[in-house]
Amino acid sequence: MKFRKNNRFISGLWMLVLLLTFSIPANALLTIQITQGVEGAQPIAVVPFATDKLTTPLPYDLVSIINSDLARSGRFSPMPAKDIKTIGSPHDGGTVRFGDWRLVNMDYLLVGRVRQTGAINYEVQFQLFDVFKGEQLTGISYPFVASDTRRMAHRISDIVYEKLTGQRGAFDTRIAYVTALTDFNKKRQFRLNIADSDGFNEQTILRSSKPLMSPSWSPDGQKLAYVSFEAGRPQIFVQQVFSATGQRQRITDYSGLNGAPVWSPDGKYLAMTLSKSGNPEIYLFELRTKQLTQITKHPAIDTEATWSPDGKQLVFTSDRGGKAQLYTVRLSRNKPASRPRRLTFEGDYNARAVFSPDGKLLAMVHGNKGRFQIGVMDLSNNTLQVLTDSRLDESPSFAPNGSMIIYATNRNNRGVLAAVSVDGRVHQRIEVQQGDVREPAWSPLSK
Amino acid sequence: MNHKLLLAAILLPTVMLTGCETLGGQDGGDVVVEDRGTQADGGQIVGDGADGATTSGAQAGSEFQGHPLDNPQSILSSRVIYFEFDSASIRNEDRAAIQAHAEYLSQHSSASVVLEGHTDERGSREYNIALGERRAKAVRQLLLFQGAVASQLQTVSYGEESPAAIGHDEDAWQQNRRVEITYKTR
Repeated sequence: MKFRKNNRFISGLWMLVLLLTFSIPANALLTIQITQGVEGAQPIAVVPFATDKLTTPLPYDLVSIINSDLARSGRFSPMPAKDIKTIGSPHDGGTVRFGDWRLVNMDYLLVGRVRQTGAINYEVQFQLFDVFKGEQLTGISYPFVASDTRRMAHRISDIVYEKLTGQRGAFDTRIAYVTALTDFNKKRQFRLNIADSDGFNEQTILRSSKPLMSPSWSPDGQKLAYVSFEAGRPQIFVQQVFSATGQRQRITDYSGLNGAPVWSPDGKYLAMTLSKSGNPEIYLFELRTKQLTQITKHPAIDTEATWSPDGKQLVFTSDRGGKAQLYTVRLSRNKPASRPRRLTFEGDYNARAVFSPDGKLLAMVHGNKGRFQIGVMDLSNNTLQVLTDSRLDESPSFAPNGSMIIYATNRNNRGVLAAVSVDGRVHQRIEVQQGDVREPAWSPLSK
Repeated sequence: MNHKLLLAAILLPTVMLTGCETLGGQDGGDVVVEDRGTQADGGQIVGDGADGATTSGAQAGSEFQGHPLDNPQSILSSRVIYFEFDSASIRNEDRAAIQAHAEYLSQHSSASVVLEGHTDERGSREYNIALGERRAKAVRQLLLFQGAVASQLQTVSYGEESPAAIGHDEDAWQQNRRVEITYKTR
């Protein structure tokens, strides 16, 4: 009897150990999985780079990062390393036997080598080949330091992607997002996080017991504007993302709403929603002079402004027609130059629009019959395509090359992130280990 | 021998409980175990309470001794106003409660409230912040109309960011579409 009791006590202890193990707020890693890919993804073989001469090995394997980048895009189907080994291990153009790769129907081949040039300094040299033409498409060498190994791999992926698709790669970018966790005392904790576009290097740049909302990247990718309720009311802040001290500035503290901050393409203004007049209206806030220009004036809700990439137009959500729909207003010298014109007519709810980087598409939350999904409108003919098929999708954000849209959704009663290609063919699921994840914002391209 | 067994039977649960308490103290994750014990005790107290139900029944009349805002039988104890989806219209059944708060506020000029507007999770977040504000302002408007003074009323909207019920169905959504009336001063 005693033994059994003790046993139970011990298993209780184990439970505690397990709880502690799983609840440590360590770097919750994002994992990204392709849930639906494109048929006819292009076959490519990335031969493991020669690294045998290194005195200090690299902290990460360049080739496996490149392979997972290319596979994640849904547009490439990298050959497994064990299959590559049976065909050959060339490290430069001179030793490639194209005939062997043609036999296994490889379209493209990437080979390379890494040299050590200092204690923490390296140089990678790589060449990309069109196997059927037997031709080199590009050959480059880059210096890098050990701590930049992952970025170096993403840059190589970007180059391969651009050479083979004609579109810039967006692997060397970041994602900002908000997580909400509930601790043991049922207390909520909100975090503003950033991670690399493949989910690595998650870093928390702000924690609060009150809600955090609406992160928006500055066009130079160095700052985030966001809304924090830390004072018990919403205020807009701008924070330096990469400064060690997390230097930040409170931008607004008007009575009522202070929300939906979005940077102008030239980085000089924030469009935002304020209700200091008694009603939510859209304003432009000039960061240098702190001057406000009111853009909308209507007793309905006007919010969620987004700038066209040329800076000449704002699209926003308004329920002036009875239900939330999207409207556009032209700007001239950052003042309204037209009456707002309604843009969306399909479904019973269209909100939180965002322009594609080329300005040709508008992604939005599209609500119809109680389901909220991500839709994309082609602005040349105003046709709407619904890209997702769950019921609580929100917060779309374009990859800076326009290829994918990342958004927030709900899966197994948890807030998670997902991504879909703009043609709706590639679907990715992005998971964190704990908490609800929401409001993803994809950073601009690195300079 | 029998005595030893008896002793063990008495001591062991105590040992277990002590262990659990220690664990509970170290880490909130084990509080569940501790709670169970408390609940068992509490069950008896509830039983006692049931015997005394007549007493609280007697209190339910107009003879409530405490502050009117603490009287669970008073309409003033109703401090949450619920809404239809994407709407800020106040339902008829909530008007009496709002009127009671308005009367209380007009009779107690030093009293003040925060009106916290909330929405369910559907639709976009910033739109919901605006919708929550609209709900808070609808309640504010009615309170003003019925005798409260603007300086007694403060509004804030949390949109869908601070749900009362976790869940992704109409049940939870209805509980989340609300305005909470919180007294800051009486």
